Amino acid sequence: MASLNPIVKFSAVSKRYGDGPVVLADLNLELAPGEFVSFIGPSGCGKSTVLKLVAGLNPTTQGQVSVAGTTPRQARDRQAFIFQDATLLPWLTTQHNVELPLKLRGDPVAARVAQAREMLSLVGLDQVRDYYPRQLSGGMKMRASLARALTLAPQLLLLDEPFGALDEMTRFRLNEELLALRTKTPFSALFVTHSVAEAVFLSNRIIVMAANPGRFHAEVSVEFPYPRQAELRELPGFLAKVTEVTRLLHLVEGASRA
Amino acid sequence: MKKKSSVSVWLLPIITGLIFVACWYSLRLWFHVSEWLLPMPHEIIATMVKEHSRLLAAAGYTAWGALGGFLLAAMTGFLISLLLGRSLPLRRSLYPWLLVLQMTPVIVLTPIIVMWPLIGPGLPGIITITWLISFFPIVVNTTQGLLSTDMNHVALFRMCHASRWQEMIYLRVPAAMPFYLAGLRIAATLAPIGAIFGEYMVGNSGGGSGGLGYLVYSYNTQIKIPALFATGLTSCLLGFVFVAAVSLLNWAVLHKWHDSFEREDH
Repeated sequence: MASLNPIVKFSAVSKRYGDGPVVLADLNLELAPGEFVSFIGPSGCGKSTVLKLVAGLNPTTQGQVSVAGTTPRQARDRQAFIFQDATLLPWLTTQHNVELPLKLRGDPVAARVAQAREMLSLVGLDQVRDYYPRQLSGGMKMRASLARALTLAPQLLLLDEPFGALDEMTRFRLNEELLALRTKTPFSALFVTHSVAEAVFLSNRIIVMAANPGRFHAEVSVEFPYPRQAELRELPGFLAKVTEVTRLLHLVEGASRA
Repeated sequence: MKKKSSVSVWLLPIITGLIFVACWYSLRLWFHVSEWLLPMPHEIIATMVKEHSRLLAAAGYTAWGALGGFLLAAMTGFLISLLLGRSLPLRRSLYPWLLVLQMTPVIVLTPIIVMWPLIGPGLPGIITITWLISFFPIVVNTTQGLLSTDMNHVALFRMCHASRWQEMIYLRVPAAMPFYLAGLRIAATLAPIGAIFGEYMVGNSGGGSGGLGYLVYSYNTQIKIPALFATGLTSCLLGFVFVAAVSLLNWAVLHKWHDSFEREDH
């Protein structure tokens, strides 16, 4: 019955840096395997910090984060982090960038070349394997970053505003591609974003956060079945959901300003 | 548009050079600066032609000293930077002493170095002096580069369980390459100067002979002013060879990926 165990669990988690103000207060959350949960909230509410706690890049001050039943650090090989910018290494070709996690793990050359090629064709970058990052468009860089994250077949993907810098059309397309990827290589996801529409399109649950201190304010479940297609964005139900989340967000922003 | 800019790359320095030479001639012809103070450019060229075998041999000798010191600085500079970049305590304990070494004028150290066993006058002494003059900018630049790695890249490596060694080899060292090459470029301008200075000093103390620095010493005592100018010009040419070589290396390492070589066609 291992599949019933949560992949991520927050138990009364608080975080502050040194003697500074409390960044996150009393967070409780359970993420079942296969879930896609988005965090949305005013800037400074600690959304990105939530992901860093799960990744084990930052320690908690109080409470516990567990990932796949163990500590975040020990669960590192089950998760991958996707940063705001694509964080490709500029001196490596796209192919070599995608191979990097496998290389660091010590996989033999032939295996990692094949694996990276497969991931690149999965995200539609076969044509630009030998290009350097500076030759790629913003969307291509993000696809390469996704391919790199997925080479290790992680159970959990942490995405920190990955599409924030892209134009709207590219962002929509990448949202669709991200969901399509999940049907081929299943993973759970924690997704930080500023875009309500993006959160509604991708997630089965949205957590609206409030600031000062950062906390989970409200939770909205999004029940559209997967696989979701582009047409979903035009349904009245979708727009109603966007409105609902936007209202909550305005409420929270008003409150944290007061 | 691109054509135009590449023409001006050549044309503008040539024009300023011609203006400079014209001023030079006018100093002699109109302001009557005496011949032994300021030989005319064509006289210097003539001396260069006349003395070309001595100058060429001397430049060749100096080139070895400069190259030896430069390569030694390139290697030790890199290794010292790796140590400094690897740990904060090491950086704290070594850096002030490197500064002390750099602050001590080489002119003070030279007579001491020349007397040391295993080094002494001659090529080893000259290489040591060249090394002393040129390694510091390499260390400063490369250490800065090793410490300026993008924090998200570091986080990425941590997420991949990378060892500190892997982080150094696959992340910090390549990220520091532009810095290292910038350091090498400064060192390339300093190395020939260091070698010539070393030869001059060593020549003074009666040991070394053969290099451009020794030639300066010998022409100076004979008050051969045009020959001194010719030696200066030769040294300058040698410096250009060093800088050109490093620029070529810089291009070879960086042009494919670094933003400083961004082309306009994409």
